Amino acid sequence: MAKKTLNIVESAYRAVMEEQDDTILWLLAAMQGAGGAHTVVLRGNAVNYAVAGQGAPGLTVGQWKQTQAPKMDRDVVDLVANRKIPVFVIEEDLAERGIERRDLVAGVEFLSRRALPVLFAEYEVVSHW
Amino acid sequence: MPHKTLTFALMDPPYESANLTTAFRILDAAARRGHDINVFAYEGASALAFTRQAPHPNPVHGKNVAEENHPTTKDQVAALLAEAAKNGGKVDWVNCGMCVDERGVNEFVPGTRRGSPADLQKFADASDNTLVIPTK
Repeated sequence: MAKKTLNIVESAYRAVMEEQDDTILWLLAAMQGAGGAHTVVLRGNAVNYAVAGQGAPGLTVGQWKQTQAPKMDRDVVDLVANRKIPVFVIEEDLAERGIERRDLVAGVEFLSRRALPVLFAEYEVVSHW
Repeated sequence: MPHKTLTFALMDPPYESANLTTAFRILDAAARRGHDINVFAYEGASALAFTRQAPHPNPVHGKNVAEENHPTTKDQVAALLAEAAKNGGKVDWVNCGMCVDERGVNEFVPGTRRGSPADLQKFADASDNTLVIPTK
């Protein structure tokens, strides 16, 4: 039986253009596929991953063009809908950035900073990324 | 626009930060304008032109190698050299020799070369401007 793991993702947009995804969300999706039992909490700048409709144009260098630029909102939806990984977003971090709940993709859940430590007790492993 | 000589010092390794994406956007703009470009690839950036980089499929994305079309910085370096040449500029891309030895990345994209900090000094002395994009 896989250990229930809570993953707090705080580092955001690090090398997403080169990797075409977030390396931690990618890792968790792969581990979930290998039998893991993961939950994600987006906090700090990473709450922006749940904002719907985002996406960067691909990088172009001369005749070389990136065709599969990252879309973080799509990847969050994939975690929730396809990987069955619950994704929480810290409410205060949304508010500090002026992000409304209606701006987010469907399926994410909301959590206050105060409630986060309470959530720790439900998991065998807590990882802070 | 007057012709300029611009020097860039890069430090970040591939696949670790957004700094290199920013750097390549600036380098591309300079190459499109035909400026001469010097690059000193220092520390982790000395792996940017490593020729054994290879794109990969992405099972999490459900894509094969062609569909994923994963970026490699060696291709971006080669494209930069070609774009500069097309527009009448030239690129002198120097890979820090000790840095590539440390990392075992001593096989470069053709048109780039091995060098030392002395090259960065010469570049800066001879350039209209120098931009350092360091690792933080």
